[in-house]
Amino acid sequence: MAYEAVIGLEVHAHLLTHSKIFCGCATAFGAPPNTQVCEVCLGMPGSLPVLNRKAVEYALKMALATDCTIAPESVFARKNYFYPDLPKGYQISQFELPLAEHGHLEIKVNGQAKRIGITRIHLEEDAGKLVHSEARPVSFVDFNRTGVPLIEIVSEPDMESPDEAVEYLKGLRNILLYLEICDGNLEEGSFRCDANISLRPVGAKELGVKVELKNMNSFRFIKAALEFEIKRQRANLSAGREIVQETRLWDTSSNQTVSMRGKEEAHDYRYFPDPDLVPVRIDHDWLESLRKNLVELPKARLKRFQAEYGLPEYDAEVLTSDKALADYFEATVKLFPQPKQVSNWIMGELMRELKKEEAGIDSCRVSPAALGKLLSLVDTGALSGKLAKTVFEDMVATGRDPEAIIKEKGLVQISDSGALEALAQEIIDANPKEAADFRAGKTKVLGFFVGQLMKKTKGQANPQMANEIFRKLLA
Amino acid sequence: MALSREEVLHVAELARLSLRPAEIEIFTRQLNDILAYVEKLQELDTTGVAPLAHVIPICNAFREDEVREGLSLDLALENAPAREDDNFLVPRVI
Repeated sequence: MAYEAVIGLEVHAHLLTHSKIFCGCATAFGAPPNTQVCEVCLGMPGSLPVLNRKAVEYALKMALATDCTIAPESVFARKNYFYPDLPKGYQISQFELPLAEHGHLEIKVNGQAKRIGITRIHLEEDAGKLVHSEARPVSFVDFNRTGVPLIEIVSEPDMESPDEAVEYLKGLRNILLYLEICDGNLEEGSFRCDANISLRPVGAKELGVKVELKNMNSFRFIKAALEFEIKRQRANLSAGREIVQETRLWDTSSNQTVSMRGKEEAHDYRYFPDPDLVPVRIDHDWLESLRKNLVELPKARLKRFQAEYGLPEYDAEVLTSDKALADYFEATVKLFPQPKQVSNWIMGELMRELKKEEAGIDSCRVSPAALGKLLSLVDTGALSGKLAKTVFEDMVATGRDPEAIIKEKGLVQISDSGALEALAQEIIDANPKEAADFRAGKTKVLGFFVGQLMKKTKGQANPQMANEIFRKLLA
Repeated sequence: MALSREEVLHVAELARLSLRPAEIEIFTRQLNDILAYVEKLQELDTTGVAPLAHVIPICNAFREDEVREGLSLDLALENAPAREDDNFLVPRVI
């Protein structure tokens, strides 16, 4: 029997506030353990949480950017469970009345556009960090992360393939980065994803038994875990075995999902409205001022890149799908106003180099100013396109200025017609047969002559001039 | 509605309480008494009354996003059942 996958995703995104969601402790990543804690986030009796206005605003921005319906009034609830990373014995979250619902995000896979529903977006606090001892049956707890504001973004089970899931996640992350409300760092856990995945016979209406996947801290792992899980579930179903509803972890050492053994206690969180917090009411003016001040989002920027810079849709899509890349492009175009040329270089040379180093544009050593200068040099004919690529590789590796590299390596293009003519004549004299061929109408040998000249000048001859000179001398 | 013995044990488990047999009987009775008392509210006609999440009629009690000094490391760890270096130390749960 043929099966199809049904995937729904839960994303947790750290909001970039300076202080925690319910207290004034700092949220900076990487501080020494337990140095960003207070009575509130340690859950000491008698302490009271007070909601960070900025956290609400950031969550509202995301809700607006994903076309959600924003609740006029939302309520915080206690999610009760015991775990050592949760000092109060409950997590403050939202349950029945979340901040926003019924949004959507458009994705594109293999040129096909698809709308993925967003069930809800709500605010909650993060839990602490546990480090398990290798040697002893103990765990170390660091509560710095406890109370860092999160938005949880829950999707509808609208995705059918790992590729769609990854595109959706990249789309969400990109919007968060455009809004500058989350740094989107999967490795550090400021953008986390859990996946629900089930299989059902193709065309069936009813959903199959689902498995929850966790511990996937890169897009690569998410894709691999979903692919593995589809195979595993398909094999089980084909063999007539039932799927067990459970949580499975992606294990990077064995490249498979493994059952999170241990007591799989039925979730019974006994949610109830948190009496320590009053409801949040979003009035019309507040929402409208946020809507009015919303930054340009990827979709709008894509359209603008096509209209303002005359870029093909594909270029505009690639560039705007990464805020840093789009910023880089615009900064370069400001200095070298030939958008298609800039786009070609970014999408070709630059992205190839970034891929080689497995780095993002943020860590690229070539500044937009340096790339602009390099392209200007090519444009004025001071540097051939081929040499520009050599210079660019050096720029990527060392971060040096293109002119300095050209000077040091002696790569300046030879555009001195006298010098080139003298060399060209030498080549013609040394190759009388080819010269005769050319004169007899075999114009293809021109390439041979130009090649010889390039060899003699170590690639520095201005190729256009070389062509002209040979045509003139062989006429 | 009356709580069964099983429900009481389930609630106890969620609260990480271990009950002696005699206590199970006592708590089942006491919890049922409380529920019966509160159940009186069901007699009220609440048609057209919006659900209430908070008894005080205010909303939007915010603080601005400003960092404030928290507790010192030693003070934060003073109540820890066990401490090792700068961490709370707990029995391993996984």
